[in-house]
Amino acid sequence: MIPAMFEYHRPADVKSAVSLLQEHGDEARVLAGGHSLIPMMKLRMAAVEHLVDIQDIEELRESKVSGDTVHIGAMVTQHELINNASLAKAAPLIREASLQIADPQVRYVGTIGGNVANGDPANDMPGLMQCLDATYALSGPSGERTVKAREFYESAFMTACEDDEILTSIAFPATTAGFAYEKQKRKIGDYATAAAAVLITMGGKTCTAASIAMTNLSDTPVWSEAAGAALVGTNCGDADIAAAVAAALNDTDPTEDSRGPVEFKRHVAGVIVRRAIERALSRA
Amino acid sequence: MSKMHLKLKVNGEEKELLAEPRELLIHVLRERLDITGPHIGCETSHCGACTLEMNGKSVKSCTVFAAQANGAEITTIEGLAEPGTMNVLQNAFREHHGLQCGFCTPGMITRAHRLLQEIPNPTEEEVRHGMAGNLCRCTGYQNIVKSILAAASEMNAAKEAAE
Repeated sequence: MIPAMFEYHRPADVKSAVSLLQEHGDEARVLAGGHSLIPMMKLRMAAVEHLVDIQDIEELRESKVSGDTVHIGAMVTQHELINNASLAKAAPLIREASLQIADPQVRYVGTIGGNVANGDPANDMPGLMQCLDATYALSGPSGERTVKAREFYESAFMTACEDDEILTSIAFPATTAGFAYEKQKRKIGDYATAAAAVLITMGGKTCTAASIAMTNLSDTPVWSEAAGAALVGTNCGDADIAAAVAAALNDTDPTEDSRGPVEFKRHVAGVIVRRAIERALSRA
Repeated sequence: MSKMHLKLKVNGEEKELLAEPRELLIHVLRERLDITGPHIGCETSHCGACTLEMNGKSVKSCTVFAAQANGAEITTIEGLAEPGTMNVLQNAFREHHGLQCGFCTPGMITRAHRLLQEIPNPTEEEVRHGMAGNLCRCTGYQNIVKSILAAASEMNAAKEAAE
């Protein structure tokens, strides 16, 4: 499988990358780790005339925890997310999810920026970012702007990122909430049949905050405000969890594909969301 | 579209060539540089037969453009031992029947090599998790895991003896 011809660019900084995107418009694509884009190019499902490889842009590889905010550069790989101790402490949810993405070889090159910017509803990071209430920084010809992860996804592969913008970094509040990322997949390397990210904060016996997001159960990631609201103010008993699961499922819109019919996906989603809530609670 | 001038360091040797940007690293290695250790199995980044080491990372070279590897250091199975000899992992795979048809073996051993650099004394679970990107359709993994664990203890014993 050999992709169609393209011109290869390797800019050294964000500014040059943005001007390449500006020059070539929708004929250009940004290449991060490439493990979503290159397979699509090999299948000739993605037509790319100009490939802008951003591997040399050092500033995109930085990550830090400053005060209560976690900053992660777009080119930080899943392998680094797993092995970075300060990130694992500030956001253990990220490490737990990263360990469940693809396989070791893919995690060495797969980046957080590529995963969130691609707009594939099957990618794990978008739901995770919605759960964490992350903010994306985008650089374009007229400078930098930010977009909330919860407002970034429009439909499958359609996002708020314009053709001449690059997603440069991600920021979200550090959290000590109980966490869990549960993922059902057919085999290692497969995308989720259903996955759920959950954060729960308990004040004594009462839930004071809850955030629940799901992966691959609609044409965008699904952050279910209603599911979180169903837990807040309760002691998260069995009936409360059942109400949260029902609310979460109500926000999904799965379609039939090789991973199963709609009814099956809803069933799996219910099991996965419940498991994620219970595990997050056990850590809250 | 013009060809690009690429420089790669493969198994310690500087290589220079002209390639189209769309050429995949696995194709350039096998067809231009005659380095045929990394195999083409699925060619869809699932099977891991094309695994090699690029700048200290295990990667599937069917999903990397040679242009991305410009300036990189690459190690394939050919670079793990002197020609005509075998390294500890290769010996362990032979001793413990870690291969049958051998097609997946270069990818398995190159990946295991990196895994043991990062986790010198892995548990069985760590080996299974660390090798999850490589598929074998013959041995059923049991002996592959056994070979890697045996190589790890041999390497650790040698390290201790040297200290």
